[in-house]
Amino acid sequence: MEQFSEMLPALPEIILAVSGMVLLMAGVFGPRKRAVGLVTNMTLAAFIVALALIAVVSGGSATAFGDMFITDQFAIFMKVMILAGSFFAVVMSGDYMKNEGIARFEFPILILFATVGMMMMVSANNLLALYLGLELQSLSLYVIAAFHRDSLRSSEAGLKYFVLGALSSGMLLYGMSIIYGYTGALEFDALAAAFGEGASAGVVIGLVFMIAGMAFKVSAVPFHMWTPDVYEGAPTPVTAFFSVAPKIAGFALFLRVMLDPFGALVSEWQTIIVVIAVASMAVGSLAAIAQRNIKRLMAYSSIGHVGFALIGLAAGSLAGVRGVLIYLAIYLVMNIGAFAVILSMRRHGDMLESIDDLAGLSKNNPKMWAVMTAFMLSLAGIPWFAGFFGKFYVFMSAIEVELYTLAILGVLASVISAFYYLRIVKIMYFDEAAEPFDRPAGKSLRVIMWGSAALVTFFIVYPAPLVNSAGVAAAALFAG
Amino acid sequence: MEAAIVFLPLLGAFVAGFFGRFIGDRGAQYFACTLLIFSGVLSWIVFFDVAVMGNVAGKIDLGTWMRVGGFDFEWMLRVDQLTAVMLIVVTTISAVVHVYSIGYMHHDPHTPRFFAYLSLFTFFMLMLVTADNLIQMFLGWEGVGLCSYLLIGFWYDRPSANAAAIKAFVVNRVGDFGFALGIFGIFVLFDTVRFDEIFAAVPGQADATITFLSWELPAITTVCLLLFVGAMGKSAQLFLHTWLPDAMEGPTPVSALIHAATMVTAGVFMVVRMSPIFEYSETALAVVTIVGAATAFVAATIGLTQNDIKRVIAYSTCSQLGYMFFAVGVSAYSAAMFHLTTHAFFKALLFLGAGAVIHAMSDEQDMRKMGGIRKMVPVTHAYMWIGSLSLAGIGIPGTMIGFAGFNSKDMILEAAFGAHSWVGYIAFGAGIAAAIMTAFYSWRLIFMTFYGQPRCDERTLAHVHESPKVMLIPLAVLAAGSIVAGMIGYNAFVGGGMDAFWGDSILVLEGHDSIEAAHHVPTWVKWLPIGMALGGVGLAWLMYIGRPGMAAAWAKALRPLYLLSYNKWYFDELYDLIFVRPAFYLGRNLWKNGDGAIIDGVGPDGIAAFTQRLSKRVSALQSGYVYHYAFAMLIGVVVFVTGYLFVQAG
Repeated sequence: MEQFSEMLPALPEIILAVSGMVLLMAGVFGPRKRAVGLVTNMTLAAFIVALALIAVVSGGSATAFGDMFITDQFAIFMKVMILAGSFFAVVMSGDYMKNEGIARFEFPILILFATVGMMMMVSANNLLALYLGLELQSLSLYVIAAFHRDSLRSSEAGLKYFVLGALSSGMLLYGMSIIYGYTGALEFDALAAAFGEGASAGVVIGLVFMIAGMAFKVSAVPFHMWTPDVYEGAPTPVTAFFSVAPKIAGFALFLRVMLDPFGALVSEWQTIIVVIAVASMAVGSLAAIAQRNIKRLMAYSSIGHVGFALIGLAAGSLAGVRGVLIYLAIYLVMNIGAFAVILSMRRHGDMLESIDDLAGLSKNNPKMWAVMTAFMLSLAGIPWFAGFFGKFYVFMSAIEVELYTLAILGVLASVISAFYYLRIVKIMYFDEAAEPFDRPAGKSLRVIMWGSAALVTFFIVYPAPLVNSAGVAAAALFAG
Repeated sequence: MEAAIVFLPLLGAFVAGFFGRFIGDRGAQYFACTLLIFSGVLSWIVFFDVAVMGNVAGKIDLGTWMRVGGFDFEWMLRVDQLTAVMLIVVTTISAVVHVYSIGYMHHDPHTPRFFAYLSLFTFFMLMLVTADNLIQMFLGWEGVGLCSYLLIGFWYDRPSANAAAIKAFVVNRVGDFGFALGIFGIFVLFDTVRFDEIFAAVPGQADATITFLSWELPAITTVCLLLFVGAMGKSAQLFLHTWLPDAMEGPTPVSALIHAATMVTAGVFMVVRMSPIFEYSETALAVVTIVGAATAFVAATIGLTQNDIKRVIAYSTCSQLGYMFFAVGVSAYSAAMFHLTTHAFFKALLFLGAGAVIHAMSDEQDMRKMGGIRKMVPVTHAYMWIGSLSLAGIGIPGTMIGFAGFNSKDMILEAAFGAHSWVGYIAFGAGIAAAIMTAFYSWRLIFMTFYGQPRCDERTLAHVHESPKVMLIPLAVLAAGSIVAGMIGYNAFVGGGMDAFWGDSILVLEGHDSIEAAHHVPTWVKWLPIGMALGGVGLAWLMYIGRPGMAAAWAKALRPLYLLSYNKWYFDELYDLIFVRPAFYLGRNLWKNGDGAIIDGVGPDGIAAFTQRLSKRVSALQSGYVYHYAFAMLIGVVVFVTGYLFVQAG
């Protein structure tokens, strides 16, 4: 029993992992016809149970598995977002998968396993635990990227992701081994203690390799190259999933690693993060202008947003981390909403992916036009929509630590990116109306659309819950 | 009651303008007309009360307008004798024109808009004349300018109307700039914009100077000249007169109301209102006299040869305004106001009569295509005779008996002579010369329009008809005024009752009293104008009825002079060359090269194009090959490591 109580902090992960394996059995040996529906619903239920457990377990910080695993306010905040992202990704996938003829029970289970991996990443307190979670997540993601196995593009996307992902994992491992070589430690606490009085150049080189690996996961420039291809090739619900949950998990990892074990080396790595942030914002903003495919556009958009969020990390301060957390939460909501609209772009049963297909949406479907406009304005960071506040907090944190150039470049990139978001609004409103989309969009999609539209629109009315909890979560990272 | 006079037209404009579509064309017309007639009746009551009975009501405070430090003034209606005179002139003419317009604009699809503008104009004009401070006057001043612009361009689908509207507005802007500077100057000098306070302070500031750049300028003269620039613009005095003839593009009732009877006289009114300041600057008065005399002369010469019936009357207006100004210049303010009043009647009559002719001739305005229609439009014919007789100033010298224009114009000429100054004599000479020309072009107009053989085509001729009663009856009011206004008003305006009538509203310094001197000029001075007028009439008869070939022969013999007159002294061409073209050239250059090429090209467009090029480049990096991607990642790591080591080493 004693051992059990020791594992208690990891209970949500354990439950998810176990239910994943049980559902796999159920899917294989259960009734053929109802397998997909059953497994999907059970997966959603598992997410909800995990969410509830996290809420119950919340409070204070605790470790498990001999300090390999840590749960604190930061981890809880991140896990809630990850679970929400995964939950909605599964919900949104239903109709699409059926329509494309790829509705298989493995899909929700793979997302489930990926989610477990992400939660492990968030709670990692040791370089090995980190790697373990990362790989569990990555392997699942490689598979679901290629989930439409009869589609050339989907397979290509999966393969590319896999090859490049393997490369990045290699870099990450290489970096870890260098660091282990210099310090002889894998535990975060030990590492942090080791760097108390500075570190040798070798350690920083190892850190650069680790940064490369982690930057790959959040698709920051120049480790972003896979993103547009994979986003475009993967089935749309998978893209939606990729654009939120793994990003959040990657950021959680990034933040914890950079600020916990390597927190003392801020001055060493700050410039690197600044360069990555600026490059990400620039590429995200510029390349998106040339895109006609909305999924590809969303890929560059997400690269740009990663750049904005990295400003908070570059600040390296409590306010910076809080800014990142607020940014990610808002980004999660608006991206989920935008993808709900994209998933409703269906004409004569075929999915549409060109932004020109949105032409005349304001006339054909004014409601959908309204929510999409809210998402685009929010993504562009136009007040009063939520996206503005996300940017506001990270820019503020950069200014507080006197990273003025970074803040100014961020604002400029934001201006450039406003162009392609507003162009979508323009296409929807001013361009000659095309044929209307099939109606109605799925019920769950509509609920998600309206819910997230309401959140991004009315965030300004009551921002306190998010801002406060982000503040608490950020503080947890600086407690040690 | 005074407030009702001013604001009833505003209500009319508001209702006709915004609710015209609900109450219909007729509703809008009748509503606006009724309110204006009401306003007119009230004006007459106020006039009798103030000017005849001598109950100067003083001022009606409508509340504070602005209070910014020392810049402090109210919305205040000032009703003194000067205002009372202007009130009856404005509201009476406006009411007449409103009613006339019901008939004249009968076929127009936008009558509510027309009536809204007309009433709005009346409101602003009343605001101008009742102003108690310079800012309120400026509000009315600009308001009438705006309405003038709107009404000249009323038929906005005609390019010529739009061009004329813009021209009127721009030329007026030059004058308004002067006016505004004058107001600034007064505020600097007196630290107030309220009339009473200014007037009280003028004597103390008579020798003050204003330093502009490095020049010491006599303050009062400078301010007066600046104000006069404003008056020149609004009243179409020489150099700023070019807009007035073009303004005839507007509907004829507009020409009558705004560009003959009321708005263009605002400049005269303003100078008269500011007489307590002008009196202290000999220089300014001399300038006013010279400009007025020159305008009277030049405009009259141009009027001789114009063929457009409305343009003839427009130049006539210009010329008559010149008379008023040189009267002001020799301190004969009351004579100027007298002429302003009588002129309002006979000039409105002439314009509306011309409108009736144009109406009868199926919108033909060229007198060369008229002729011989007096039998078909007898009433209009009679009106035009009355108007012309009044304009030419026909009457019996030495008595008050004569048409309205006779009393007022001769008074002006006598005052100019009586001033016994060199500018006065110049003005007198110019006025006499203009008088003969006035008579000539007036009868030239009558003879070409109503006499001789018809020169229009058959269809037009068949359509020639007398105007409806709704147009003819209002003209009767004006015709009556054109005949008797001079005789009735003579005593009060410029005669023995003058001082009692005007009270304190006009200031004439000791030694400037040219009106008094006018009563004692030699007899030949009194007889000369009428002789000139009759000579002009006779000459016109000779050239257009007696010996029809004569006009062409004279035009040939005096070709350079004829061309000078016919081409309006080439003012338009000159301005085109000096101002318009360079301005366009500069504008085009700044637009194409300055804004387009440099600011847009380097600024928004350049950045946008640069961003787009960059965007292409960046997305071209996305080759689709995995080994490129992997290469990018490795290069990234290498760059970071190298960079770090480089910084470390450095």
